[in-house]
Amino acid sequence: MTNLHAVAELHRPPVDEPGPAVPLIRARGVSVSYGARRVLGDVSLDIARGSVTALIGPSGCGKTSFLGCLNRMVDLIPRCRVTGELRLAGADLLDPTLDVVALRRRVGLIFQRPNPFPFSIRHNLDLPLREAGVRRKEPRAAAIERCLRAVGLWDEVHDRLDHAAGALSGGQQQRLCIARALLLDPEVLLMDEPCSALDPISGATVEALIGSLKERCTIVIVTHNLAQARRVADRCALFWLRDGIGTIVEQGTVGQIFHAPKSEITAAYVRGAVA
Amino acid sequence: MSIDALRRRRTARVVDAAVWGVPAITVAALAWLLADVVWHGAGQIDLAFLTTAPRSAGRAGGIAPMLVSTAIVVAIAVAVALPLAVGTAVLLVEVLPPSASAGRWIRRSLDILAGMPSIVFGLFGNLVFCTMLGMGFSLLSGGLTLACMVLPILMRAAEESLRGVPDGCRRGALALGMPRHRAITAVILPCGMPGIIDGLTLGVGRAMAETAALVFTSGYVDRMPSALTDSGRTLAVHVFDLSMNVTGGDRWAYATALVLIGLLLVTAGLLSLASRFLQRKGAHKP
Ligand SMILES: Nc1ncnc2c1ncn2[C@@H]1O[C@H](COP(=O)(O)OP(=O)(O)OP(=O)(O)O)[C@@H](O)[C@H]1O
Ligand SMILES: [Mg+2]
Repeated sequence: MTNLHAVAELHRPPVDEPGPAVPLIRARGVSVSYGARRVLGDVSLDIARGSVTALIGPSGCGKTSFLGCLNRMVDLIPRCRVTGELRLAGADLLDPTLDVVALRRRVGLIFQRPNPFPFSIRHNLDLPLREAGVRRKEPRAAAIERCLRAVGLWDEVHDRLDHAAGALSGGQQQRLCIARALLLDPEVLLMDEPCSALDPISGATVEALIGSLKERCTIVIVTHNLAQARRVADRCALFWLRDGIGTIVEQGTVGQIFHAPKSEITAAYVRGAVA
Repeated sequence: MSIDALRRRRTARVVDAAVWGVPAITVAALAWLLADVVWHGAGQIDLAFLTTAPRSAGRAGGIAPMLVSTAIVVAIAVAVALPLAVGTAVLLVEVLPPSASAGRWIRRSLDILAGMPSIVFGLFGNLVFCTMLGMGFSLLSGGLTLACMVLPILMRAAEESLRGVPDGCRRGALALGMPRHRAITAVILPCGMPGIIDGLTLGVGRAMAETAALVFTSGYVDRMPSALTDSGRTLAVHVFDLSMNVTGGDRWAYATALVLIGLLLVTAGLLSLASRFLQRKGAHKP
């Protein structure tokens, strides 16, 4: 019960919140194992409200697994175990009794491959709203227009809302998925390589969109594109495999990571982007 | 031109002939069958044939009671088997982990059921529904027996089509904060609906055309049924009876068969329309 409350209160910061210094997301010693295999160890990370944080690093070092902890998509994987301390605005995200449905409405997720439902554009957007209990049609239509405008899709699709979402281009589909996630006014938006299945122009559109979303929500983006990380992110965390276990080797502002890395690994990894 | 090239060309011709020949034979067989039935049966069919009861064992009068019995028996079968099939498919695909041995056993049993001769279903239905459960020879017994028979068909179709739903949709729905059961009813089932309807078409076709499973369960009585507990004769059983047991019944058997085929085509058409309608509503990619 307390957890239910905690999550419901997430979007309203507590009155006595001591300023922006307190991170929205706070990870301390987070580890993830699939069965007996530990893939992520001892991850500590602070994410400030309203920031864009890029998670970078080679394949298989646990970036997706970490994102999965933040909205508990890891619950879908049998035998997946998460330990450590992970908090969202003070609420314990690893509490097994946490209301994950409420959590996922506050923490949206954008997948690598655009995944619109094979329904009409309108139905794609109507569904989450109806699920969230918006019964009347007019507020739903208004929210749909607002979010389609936010992702710059309104002018492109307003006259064919009843057409199949699958008929949109890849970039449009991805923006539709972002709009769909925005409908519930999430506090955090997780994006797992959101541009990697898109052509460069669609990718640039989505990238520009990320900049404009900053005011509405905190963004955590996984990307393999270092140039992209530099363009969109405020802060960066480099994940790396150590003894077969993923962990963060360095984190900091984009400037620090790309121009004044402390770790040899970071220096070598970002050289591709800087050189 | 080299010998090789000639030989290649000859091979190509043989392949061409095979590629076009096989479907041509299939279509020709179907056309012949239909032509035969139409030729012998069309003359008997008029409005009275469809709306009156048979007289003198089917050599006169019509087939109205059989139409009604067929509709009732098939409706019972679908009403019982479809929810069971979809429910089991949801259990297998969405609820149980893929490794669960329950799933393997359910699937194996259904495969065996699917291969069972229909006469066995007839004997089983007679024993269980007519005798043990005391339903006697009745439309209810017949419908339930047919339900057992089409269950594996519907089940398989539902399972395949749910498995075909992209994982992105499933995870997408959950990531949007839909509770599991809503993700299933609002996203996954609608995504799989066209496949389920295809299976339904197959199952209904099989049920409408069935005789052996019904002779021992819903029976022969050719009166208009007035309750589910009445015995009733379906179109297919009527065709069988006319051609095997009634001298001079052949023309009427053909006429009834023609109606049955027409009904099958109409049902398939309607179901495909329904599927198309769902797709146009956006339930599936064009
Ligand atoms: N469902 C799963 N079951 C078992 N192991 C998994 C599962 N998902 C991921 N892993 C393993 O966990 C490790 C980390 O995977 P993860 O997907 O988090 O990496 P990633 O950093 O996102 O990689 P990429 O950049 O390729 O997306 C990998 O070694 C992977 O094999
Ligand atoms: Mg990944």
